[in-house]
Amino acid sequence: MDRWVSRLLFLAACSSTFVLAAIALFIFKEGVPIMVKSGLGHFLLGTAWAPLEGQFGILPFIIGSLCVTFGALVLGVPLAVACAFYLAEFAPRRWVNVLKPAIELLAGIPSVVYGFLGVMWLAPLIRTQLGGPGLSILAASCVLAVMILPTIVGVSIDAIQAVPRTYKEGALALGATQWQAAWRVLWPAARPGILAGVILGMGRAVGETMAVIMISGNATRIPHSALDSVRTLTANIAIEMGYAVGAHREALFATGVVLFFFIMILNVVALRFARRAF
Amino acid sequence: MRISPLTTQGIAKVLLALACAAAVVALIFVVGFVLAGGLRHVTWAFLTQPILDMGRAGGILPAIVGTLMMVFVAIGIAAPLGVASAIYLAEYTVESRITQGIRFGINCLAGVPSIIFGLFGFILFVVILGFGWSILSGGFSLAAMILPTIIRTAEEALRSVPRQYRDVAASLGATRWQVVTKSVLPYALPGILTGIILGIGRSIEETAVVIFTAGSAVQMPHSVFDSARTMAVHFYILAREGVSNENAYATAAVLICTILVINVGAYSLMHRMMRGRRVA
Repeated sequence: MDRWVSRLLFLAACSSTFVLAAIALFIFKEGVPIMVKSGLGHFLLGTAWAPLEGQFGILPFIIGSLCVTFGALVLGVPLAVACAFYLAEFAPRRWVNVLKPAIELLAGIPSVVYGFLGVMWLAPLIRTQLGGPGLSILAASCVLAVMILPTIVGVSIDAIQAVPRTYKEGALALGATQWQAAWRVLWPAARPGILAGVILGMGRAVGETMAVIMISGNATRIPHSALDSVRTLTANIAIEMGYAVGAHREALFATGVVLFFFIMILNVVALRFARRAF
Repeated sequence: MRISPLTTQGIAKVLLALACAAAVVALIFVVGFVLAGGLRHVTWAFLTQPILDMGRAGGILPAIVGTLMMVFVAIGIAAPLGVASAIYLAEYTVESRITQGIRFGINCLAGVPSIIFGLFGFILFVVILGFGWSILSGGFSLAAMILPTIIRTAEEALRSVPRQYRDVAASLGATRWQVVTKSVLPYALPGILTGIILGIGRSIEETAVVIFTAGSAVQMPHSVFDSARTMAVHFYILAREGVSNENAYATAAVLICTILVINVGAYSLMHRMMRGRRVA
């Protein structure tokens, strides 16, 4: 009896890996043929996306994804790391009990609500203050920066707390202030873990769909400034999936293949750093 | 002039606290913006009427029912599977190459973006298995998405159970399965429930997965084979297609309130468990 239980539990434990494999299998099966047919180079580096004319170049979307992700990291990472250090080292205990769940709650807000806020408030603000269409890289970056905050803060706090206490105590015993101990000792020691958090946050930003569709404007051109509107890989899939058929639909799955590769690379790199840190 | 270390520390502390304050202000702003715009439109009638005129009029009852049914399917699959996974990892094995592989799978699955789950669910459940756009397809796809959350939280909860619980039960002659079900699981239950509640929260807030697997029918769903829209999808369609700002705000308010209740519930459950631990 016990042996059977053990076997069943093992099967259950493998379920995540099965699902991951099934996702890869089905998306590749749908997407890879069209990549091969139109040529990998043409697909990845082509700048024209005209599904009805059979032109499937996703370079503008790759650039779009990279731009909004980069913007989100520039805005979000300093804020997130500062939050993490404050919560892990400086904040009074009672505040931590309120602040930490509050930041975690940011991850619970539906992404469509973020998108809605971007459309109703942020995009008009950018349009009137800075010009451009408003729905832009900048707007998407700002919203994504807030959305990836909880991921980076959570992992960073863990990374800071995983640094052996003796490191900090040693620094304090040598007469360092709390800040000097944090900046000179904890920060270098926690850096790989924090980096893991940043990369996971990056994965979130690359993969975010609904908020980005609503606020990035979705133009299929290559952007020239942060105020230009862009379309990301995720947005490209979600916008056209509703009505795409045949080769068009396959091209959307191929976009999914590229996205899947991106995310897997980020995951593997993050796990590598995390293993060094924890 | 050299700035004294204590001054530097003072400045640094203020800056770090400001960063935290900014995050909290962002949260309050998002929640406040939605509630201020939507709460006054949320009436009993809004919650209990069918969707009329594509959302321009009427309420959101079908969306609420659709959400509940889909969450029910997703949790019904993901919770047993996830908890069993966690039991295996925490109780039935030692760290080895195999568990490393399993963990790698879980971590990678956790990082897969929701749109990919949407594509996967669409091609497998909707097209190949022929479920069509239905609550069943949506529930299955959501289950795949929330599996890692449930596994991780449940494993953490199991690992936080003190050794003695296992040793005592085992020394009384219990088999491993008896140890787990009679001694370890009851103790870890609040933590496991936290993970399940978080999974419910993620399912409710999700849009990209659901819209491609469950469709967006406005009618009241009668079975799991019907297409249905969740509150999040309903809100997305109202907001994006500019159907009705008023109803969009109201739906968002209901959505945010649900998420707030769920998160506060999950957190207080976890908090209570932690406090119980310290006394024990």
